[in-house]
Amino acid sequence: MNDDIAWIDAALTSARPRAVSALLRYFRDLDSAEEAFQNACLKALDTWPRNGPPRDPAAWLIMVGRNVGIDAARRQSRQQPLPDDDALSDLSDAESAIADRLDESQYRDDILRLLFICCHPELPETQQIALALRIVSGLSVAQIARAFLVGESAMEQRITRAKARIAKADVPFETPGAPERAERLGIVARMIYLVFNEGYSATGGDLPLRAPLCDEAIRLARLLLRLFQNEPEIMGLLALMLLQHARSAARFDENGAIILLADQDRTLWKQPMIAEGLALIDKALRHRRPGPYQVQAAIAALHARAKRPEDTDWGEIDLLYATLERLMPSPVVTLNRAVAVSKLHGPEAALAMIEPLATDLSGYFYFFGVKGAMFLELGRDEDARVAFDRAIALANNAAEAAHIRAQLDRLQKDSAPAAKKV
Amino acid sequence: MLYAVLCYNSEETVFSWSKQEEEAAMTRLIAAQEKMAKAGRLGPVARLMPTTAATTLRKDREPPLVIDGPFAETKEQLLGFYVVDCDSLDDALDFAKELGKANPGGSYEIRPLLQFRPGDLKSGTLKQ
Repeated sequence: MNDDIAWIDAALTSARPRAVSALLRYFRDLDSAEEAFQNACLKALDTWPRNGPPRDPAAWLIMVGRNVGIDAARRQSRQQPLPDDDALSDLSDAESAIADRLDESQYRDDILRLLFICCHPELPETQQIALALRIVSGLSVAQIARAFLVGESAMEQRITRAKARIAKADVPFETPGAPERAERLGIVARMIYLVFNEGYSATGGDLPLRAPLCDEAIRLARLLLRLFQNEPEIMGLLALMLLQHARSAARFDENGAIILLADQDRTLWKQPMIAEGLALIDKALRHRRPGPYQVQAAIAALHARAKRPEDTDWGEIDLLYATLERLMPSPVVTLNRAVAVSKLHGPEAALAMIEPLATDLSGYFYFFGVKGAMFLELGRDEDARVAFDRAIALANNAAEAAHIRAQLDRLQKDSAPAAKKV
Repeated sequence: MLYAVLCYNSEETVFSWSKQEEEAAMTRLIAAQEKMAKAGRLGPVARLMPTTAATTLRKDREPPLVIDGPFAETKEQLLGFYVVDCDSLDDALDFAKELGKANPGGSYEIRPLLQFRPGDLKSGTLKQ
């Protein structure tokens, strides 16, 4: 029985994006679509254990949800009684008919639309993410609140406000043309990567609460890629997240301090995720349509391929960052490139490269962390100390601060005997 | 007789499993194969990456056409396979039923092999 529930739960979760997005097309209103889906789920919990799972759970849920929703609308307008359950029986025959009609292309635009409305430009990013997790992934408000480290009622309010804003906005229901579809895909991909980073940036005690967001983002990207099989940037996005997430078990020490890539225990990296990421990049590169996600994934792949840090192909990484600077110019990209340059041509070349970024990145933790490490390598201990002090002041969390403090401690220890000698 | 047991299931469902569900299912599946393995009748076992990692080559034209994605868009996808040595279809079905108890949902296609070369691949980089 418990197995039944677990199976049904998994089937409802995976059918959710398809079902809710199709119901949204019928009802043109998010609340009605969600309510219809909820009602269909209740019916599923009631009938599936008895009759066995339907051949196409999503189609079943769409049809039942639509019937229940239409009944609810009639009841409201004409006070008609709800038809009894027998009227809803024999769904399995009708279900195969509807499954044939709901072809893949309609699903594609439905799901893309559902994801897209969560990315409404008027919504702040945190609300976009929360909304997508609630509506598309079907996480409970309590689960989302935990992941965002806020109270449940605060999250409830945030989601309600976001929904109200969307209800007022124009949701485009017409089938999108190719340029609109491409634009929506890009915006949705960005939102999925935000979900991922929300989980990936978690540290210490937050980790177990927020790390599931990474899995959820990967699931959403798989869903998107299944619908848009030949989009190299979506392959790149999924590959990038898999390659980053593969390292998660190696990223922090037992005290919660950050472990840099070079110092990570690479046997803790998850090989199946890396293998899938590499396979996806291989596929993407064949298209010869490079984009920021593909390039970032290719960089992550070079790290993943190196059995030891010294095996890393820094020359190729430098070239890829140069490509990324062209595709997506940003001081943070240049800062990352400087790390590769430092490995290739030494810290002095790298410092010269990042000096012009000082104004743009004056409030950026990693800028001073990287700078400090480079000064340290050059033996300019005092400059390193100044940079590390600044980094600590800008640290976003305890793990970052702890990592820098460890560097400072080492500096102290190394310089102490020298000071005595003088 | 050698049989292939081809595993079909909704990959959306399977790749929505939580880590715990995943580990529990894998443990149960390994237990379900134990009898055949001990009898020396279990051949290659493979689990496939999701269809998003698949590429299809249509070779019915020249030059062949490379398409992203699986050969067929189906509700349930080919997610893995076993090769086993069984005395009869009934025995092969019994093995598949054991697997099915360990991992409900979806279907197994039991297909006798016409030819089999075990090859000399080791599990290589995929060894876990």
